[in-house]
Amino acid sequence: MAKHHITATVNGDPVEFLCEPQETLLDALRDQLNLTGTKEGCSTGDCGACSVTVNDRLVCSCLMLAVEADGKSINTIEGMAQGDELHPLQQKFLEHAALQCGICTPGFLVAAKALLDRKPDPSEIEVRYWLAGNLCRCTGYDKIVRAVLDAAQQMRGA
Amino acid sequence: MRYEAPSSLERAVDLLATATGDARVLAGGTDLLVQMRTDILNPELVVDIKHIAELREIKEEAGGFRVGAAVTGAELNEHPKLKAVWPGVVEAANLIGSTQVQGRATMGGNLCNGSPAADSVPALIAAGAKASVVGPNGRRELAVEDVMLAPRQLALSKGEIVASFLLPAQAKGTADAYLRFIPRTEMDIAVVGCGVCLNVDDRGNIGRARVSLGAVAARPLLVAEAAEALIGSKLDAAALSKLDAAAGAACKPIDDKRGTKEYRIKVAGVLARRAAEIAYQRARTA
Amino acid sequence: MQEKVKDGQSSPFQVVGTRPVRPDGADKVTGRAKFGADLALPGQLVGKVLRSPHPHARIRSIDASAALALPGVKAVVTRDDFLEQSSEFIPAGEMMINYRDVVRNVMAREKVLYEGHAVAAVAATSAVIAKEALRLIKVDYEVLPHVIDVVEAMRPDAPVLHEDMRTAGLEPAPTTASNVAKQLEIGHGDIAAGFKEADVVIERAFTTKPVHQGYIEPHACVASVSEDGQADVWVSTQGHWVVRAHCARLLGWDIGKVRVTAAEIGGGFGGKTVVYLEPIALALSKKARRPVKMVMTREEVFKASGPTSGAHVRVKIGAKKDGRIVAAEAELKYQAGAFAGSPVQPGAMCAYAPYDIANVKVVGYDVVTNRPKVAAYRAPGGPISEFAVESVIDEIAGKIGIDPIELRLKNAAKQGTKAAYGPKFGPIGMVETLEAAKSHAHWRSPLGKHQGRGVASGFWFNIGGETSVSLGLNEDGTLSLTAGTPDIGGLRASLCMMAAEELGVPLDKIRVQIGDTGQLGYNFLTGGSRSTFSSGMATVEAARDVMKEACRRAAKLWELPEDAVEYSNGGVRPAGPNAGKHAPMSLKEIAGIAGKTGGPIVGYARINAAGAAPSLATHIADVEVDPETGKVSVIRYTAIQDAGRAIHPSYVEGQYQGGVAQGIGWALNEEYIYGDDGKLQNPGFLDYRVPVASDLPMIDTVIVEVPNPRHPYGVRGVGETPIVPPMAAIANAVANATGVRFTDLPMSPPRVLKALDEARAKGTAKV
Repeated sequence: MAKHHITATVNGDPVEFLCEPQETLLDALRDQLNLTGTKEGCSTGDCGACSVTVNDRLVCSCLMLAVEADGKSINTIEGMAQGDELHPLQQKFLEHAALQCGICTPGFLVAAKALLDRKPDPSEIEVRYWLAGNLCRCTGYDKIVRAVLDAAQQMRGA
Repeated sequence: MRYEAPSSLERAVDLLATATGDARVLAGGTDLLVQMRTDILNPELVVDIKHIAELREIKEEAGGFRVGAAVTGAELNEHPKLKAVWPGVVEAANLIGSTQVQGRATMGGNLCNGSPAADSVPALIAAGAKASVVGPNGRRELAVEDVMLAPRQLALSKGEIVASFLLPAQAKGTADAYLRFIPRTEMDIAVVGCGVCLNVDDRGNIGRARVSLGAVAARPLLVAEAAEALIGSKLDAAALSKLDAAAGAACKPIDDKRGTKEYRIKVAGVLARRAAEIAYQRARTA
Repeated sequence: MQEKVKDGQSSPFQVVGTRPVRPDGADKVTGRAKFGADLALPGQLVGKVLRSPHPHARIRSIDASAALALPGVKAVVTRDDFLEQSSEFIPAGEMMINYRDVVRNVMAREKVLYEGHAVAAVAATSAVIAKEALRLIKVDYEVLPHVIDVVEAMRPDAPVLHEDMRTAGLEPAPTTASNVAKQLEIGHGDIAAGFKEADVVIERAFTTKPVHQGYIEPHACVASVSEDGQADVWVSTQGHWVVRAHCARLLGWDIGKVRVTAAEIGGGFGGKTVVYLEPIALALSKKARRPVKMVMTREEVFKASGPTSGAHVRVKIGAKKDGRIVAAEAELKYQAGAFAGSPVQPGAMCAYAPYDIANVKVVGYDVVTNRPKVAAYRAPGGPISEFAVESVIDEIAGKIGIDPIELRLKNAAKQGTKAAYGPKFGPIGMVETLEAAKSHAHWRSPLGKHQGRGVASGFWFNIGGETSVSLGLNEDGTLSLTAGTPDIGGLRASLCMMAAEELGVPLDKIRVQIGDTGQLGYNFLTGGSRSTFSSGMATVEAARDVMKEACRRAAKLWELPEDAVEYSNGGVRPAGPNAGKHAPMSLKEIAGIAGKTGGPIVGYARINAAGAAPSLATHIADVEVDPETGKVSVIRYTAIQDAGRAIHPSYVEGQYQGGVAQGIGWALNEEYIYGDDGKLQNPGFLDYRVPVASDLPMIDTVIVEVPNPRHPYGVRGVGETPIVPPMAAIANAVANATGVRFTDLPMSPPRVLKALDEARAKGTAKV
């Protein structure tokens, strides 16, 4: 099976990798690019732990073939902080204790950022429905929703 | 497995028509990749249709809209005019899966995946949408309700692709709605889905109606009797009651891990009433 | 809204009770933290497991020769690669397991006992080759009839899973094989006499389905065995010393040769207290002489890792008109899955534990069935029995005409109450949580159309256990704290806080890690809500060790007797008559003189933490029921629970909220769905329906503090109790809204609508 040579941008940096046609973008991020912040929870698009943005669109990376990433701009959790400075969402998640085990956290942060980039002033209901594709088994979502709303408020005010 | 990403419809059709093993169209991939991962499918060839311009566009045409089969649910939601004119269709497409899934899933894929529970299909059927199908023998039009025959069985021959949907021009006073029942609030496959499109005159009389049910038979249904129950009425209690009964009677459901037969029959009636009420309100205020 | 109920005093603490950012936080929000599947070793192979397609079959033969011959396959293991084990029960969290069963669950020996049971495994250079290799392994099965229902399995003519199983706990011991592994009874008093006294008696039967812990991270490990037999395992686990012990035992290796490192763990809830992949990965690595990485798919997690039991429960309670409960009985039939060991014992012990009842009898049956072996799930056994009891108590309250909180107050267990399972309680917070519920705004707020409110209480014991901690004073006065109980959600923060509180140093001067099995003495696993309690107790002891040693060193320097130096304000100073004779020395300055006063200063604690105390809770739930579809929505929820002392209140609240969410899922939509063919129909998150963000409201919490006198900070474990009340709270709320009482979980919409329609036909429905 001949491999495909893929060129893309990940977190603002140009990347190249080889992949089999049936490999997912999730596989390529984790195994070819060693970006293990994006997690595999189910491989069927039901848990959101593999969330990334592709050309600013929030997607499950387990539902995209790696070959489809060619020429695309991908953003993962690793690109969210700016140097030493955490993104307000990351900071608020910590302040609100919006994570316990932390496995779902990268997916939630990427998804929440995609929401706030589009809608700076979401209601609680809008936050919950936007994030319905991100499963958390530890927190019951309460502190996650509070953290997102608090980050949104801070980002609007700043 | 071989992956091809043609930039023309002719090339895509040719690849599929001449494939020797199992060949699949890749649009959003939200069904295909899951089926590949769980070993339900093991295609030899995957044809990615997202580089074909016609399949990715939304254009106004003949007073209606031609929506490319590979336009994503999220993109449908961001098109201001389409959403205003066909809120039922756009909402239906945006109930599929999660925000992440809506970022990739397409109505073409939702239809051609061949699941009786597809969310966008009853809305398209209620809207009277036509699928434009392109194959080795040229182009033809099919009513959306005629595309799926049975689970995983389509009325398409080898090499044929659904290229786009035409949502027809709407007469004044037309509006649509789609509702589905799921046990949670998101993320489930529809236990029952119902699309309703009504045309209502200034005095509140329903002149035309289309009612479609999903997840209650081997394929999504266009239920003429349900439409008849509404036509000529002002959606009063008697009409709603007849609608409920007609919807229930049309169901040929199964018992499965998502619902029982009796449950689906009951809820089909409930959803038909509720969707009709929403469509009616929209038609009156449009 | 989060509130805290204190004993009226302002906090005596500087750090404990505050809400600092957790020390492992930055890694977790940036994707840097490494979980089980995030490690890759050079040269590693991919390991995959061949699993039984049959729920019950004898294995006639296994032929892996074609798999071994496939290019890229470097090793194959089967049952022959693990040592036969004789019967021996050992504690695993709060349940008991038997090594004879553990080795068989890791890899089938004589029989496969559930669909998904591991039969063989391969290690290959790629996942594609490994998958192909599995297809080439030929297993000759003699398919046997299967049984997956607990009541069916108890029938005398049921297919027998283990021909040598004789029901334990019966006198005389039976001579014929059974699927009932054990029968037990606990209680006190005379229930026959008790029921005679009762003015009201209610008896109900309940059923619950198996539910999975639902952790988002599938099981994953990397194992590497070197040529000299030293083995390393990287694994996400709740207990790496337990993993070490099990692997060494199953493979026949010295425990000391195996080193296990705990990765960050993406959820466990009891399900990662046992081994599945680790012994297999080690065996493969030894044969292949290369590291082997194994990660379960989500389907494997559902099919082959333990859910908790499904059960049939019968409860009978008798009470006087004034609300005093005079007799309480229960019969619990819990499904253990393929091997003995359901949590029926703790379920029996908890059932009536929140109450002071003179006459109690609980009988329990541990029943095997052709399903995956159950593993611990957050308060194992408790939610099931307490769901039934709290539902009947609610009905009794209604029948007598007493407010359900008042009824519970009248019968609440207190300090000195003798529990039905034996011990006398020390101070406990049952009354306090009930009073807090009674005075909470939620209890008084108005309800709308089709809405109802329910209340339920819950109990869990919590455990202590073997714990080791090391606290090193670094040359610059900072500290390195090494604990051994994996951090499943905030432990490192709490340990740092307790150490900082003791030592009087800023939090950011203490760096905490969870050490591997080579770095500390034995640590029992994180389970039983024990880690903040036990590792906390050990951390405090280690800190006091450091403080004492600091005093000793200063005393040496100052040429004073040891007891003439005291620790204060983050340093040491002369005390008593010597006060003022020398300037105080900070911990940093002490660190500077460590070498010349005797060597490195390291505090140790190695304890078997005792004095763990129960945590009681009372929850209030509001639901709205759609009368036409049977859909139940939870619209408001308040969880009130006694934490003893909340070291970090945010993480205590988080435990309350997380347990509530799991309980709501258990109540409304989660269940294992099997066909008659004994195969699981919903092994994925699409049709195994855990609550999503839009399903839940904000979950308000109230932390009650009735300190545990046996812990230096008064800590009670809090992690498990929160999952106990929700099922009954929701069922009671649904009964309040609809007039229909649900005794079978989950209360999914088709079941609710059916029951509502039946009640409407009889005229008993409220909606």
